[in-house]
Amino acid sequence: MGDLDFDVIRRSLPYLLRGLQYTVQLTLAAALGGTVFGTLLAMARLSSFKPLALAAAGYVNLMRSLPLLLVIFWFYFLVPVLVQTVMGWERPPPIGAERSAYVTFIMFQAAYYCEIMRAGIQSISRGQVGAAYAVGLTYWQAMKLIILPQAFRNMLPVLLTQTIVLFQDVSLVSLLNVTDFVGAAVKIAQRDSRVVEMYLFVAVVYFILCYALSYLTKRLQQKIAIVH
Amino acid sequence: MNLGIFLEQVPDGDGTWWEMLASGLGWTLGATFFAWIIAFVLGSIVGVVRTTDKRWLVRAGNAYVELFRNIPLIVQFFVWYFVVPGLVPAVKRWVVTLDPTEHQFVTAVVCLGLFTSARIAEQVRSGIQSLSYGQRNAGYAIGLTQVQTYRHVLLPMAYRIIIPPLTSEVMNLIKNTSVAYSIGLTELFFRTSEMAEMTFRYFEAFTAATLIYMVIAMSANRVMAFIERRVAVPGYITGGK
Repeated sequence: MGDLDFDVIRRSLPYLLRGLQYTVQLTLAAALGGTVFGTLLAMARLSSFKPLALAAAGYVNLMRSLPLLLVIFWFYFLVPVLVQTVMGWERPPPIGAERSAYVTFIMFQAAYYCEIMRAGIQSISRGQVGAAYAVGLTYWQAMKLIILPQAFRNMLPVLLTQTIVLFQDVSLVSLLNVTDFVGAAVKIAQRDSRVVEMYLFVAVVYFILCYALSYLTKRLQQKIAIVH
Repeated sequence: MNLGIFLEQVPDGDGTWWEMLASGLGWTLGATFFAWIIAFVLGSIVGVVRTTDKRWLVRAGNAYVELFRNIPLIVQFFVWYFVVPGLVPAVKRWVVTLDPTEHQFVTAVVCLGLFTSARIAEQVRSGIQSLSYGQRNAGYAIGLTQVQTYRHVLLPMAYRIIIPPLTSEVMNLIKNTSVAYSIGLTELFFRTSEMAEMTFRYFEAFTAATLIYMVIAMSANRVMAFIERRVAVPGYITGGK
């Protein structure tokens, strides 16, 4: 073990931090976008209009049965082609894996958040929906003012736990040569032949961050639990 | 869409592209099988340990689960593939005697086995804790030891209750084998991306992989639903259809 050189971490720290910044940005964007689309998907799945409910269920089940890695590669390949078709351009635009990953993770995350939000919406008693309609609210008003705020509150710990999983899953974009936190570490590790030090460092940093986040989630869960 | 591509020969190998994908599927299922054995055995032990009354055992079990849950899977792959042989000379000496494919496969099985074991430990723990405390006491009252109580009273109930979450863990494991692509194991996803890059038939290759993963997901779902019906505990709602 004498020939380990942990100084490589100090030397490459700014580069690694830029990678971590991309990881955090992608996580936050996917969490926000995924929540919006996931909630809409959940409402669609619970819709009484059957074709809509079926389409939403099909999308969610498809996403959940595929490995994330395959979905990442699918979108990396599809997004430029789709943009080309929609814009009617002659050739696909050079979008790059960094940007297509935003689309990937929002769409993928939406499927997982959808199932959480569906459980959240279903946890609200039907009487509340009936009461909302009885006082004259429309469907969207009832959702926005009565159902969704409670569903979010009930499901917040689960949503946050899923977001910690997302934070870890983002590391898979490094396989498309994107410089996220892991991607940055891979590049330094290969350039300086310091694989042991770099991967150990990455593992420790992820562990500390994710452990702290799940601890906070647990605390939050105790704090916001609705007392019956 | 050009389905003929699947019958074309692989440039630098023997066989056609569909045979390549089939061999990749074989590696995926093989890694899943062995990793599941490790995961089930270790996960059961750690899960049980976390429900005993020995505080240090509970702590150690919790630490085990937290360790594997809070590090991304791809980083765990790198740790097993690069860091462990780099730090432990005995492992290094053993690893250099393996051929690369064996090394990748062993790494994938160990890494996925331990990663999944932490998740199974969590399910086993919650399964045991969902049982009323009276069952444990009843076991002790008729003179069973702690080991016997677990073996004959608690575990037979707990396993039957946690079959639905274990189903999704099997599915997660199959999907997670794709991450072994990162260390070069020639499993299904590796072969898919290889085919896409070498033939430029991205659409065909990814569609094939999508269909295969969907078929696996559906068959796993059906098989587990069957087992679930067979072993359902009367009087318990276990979510089977």
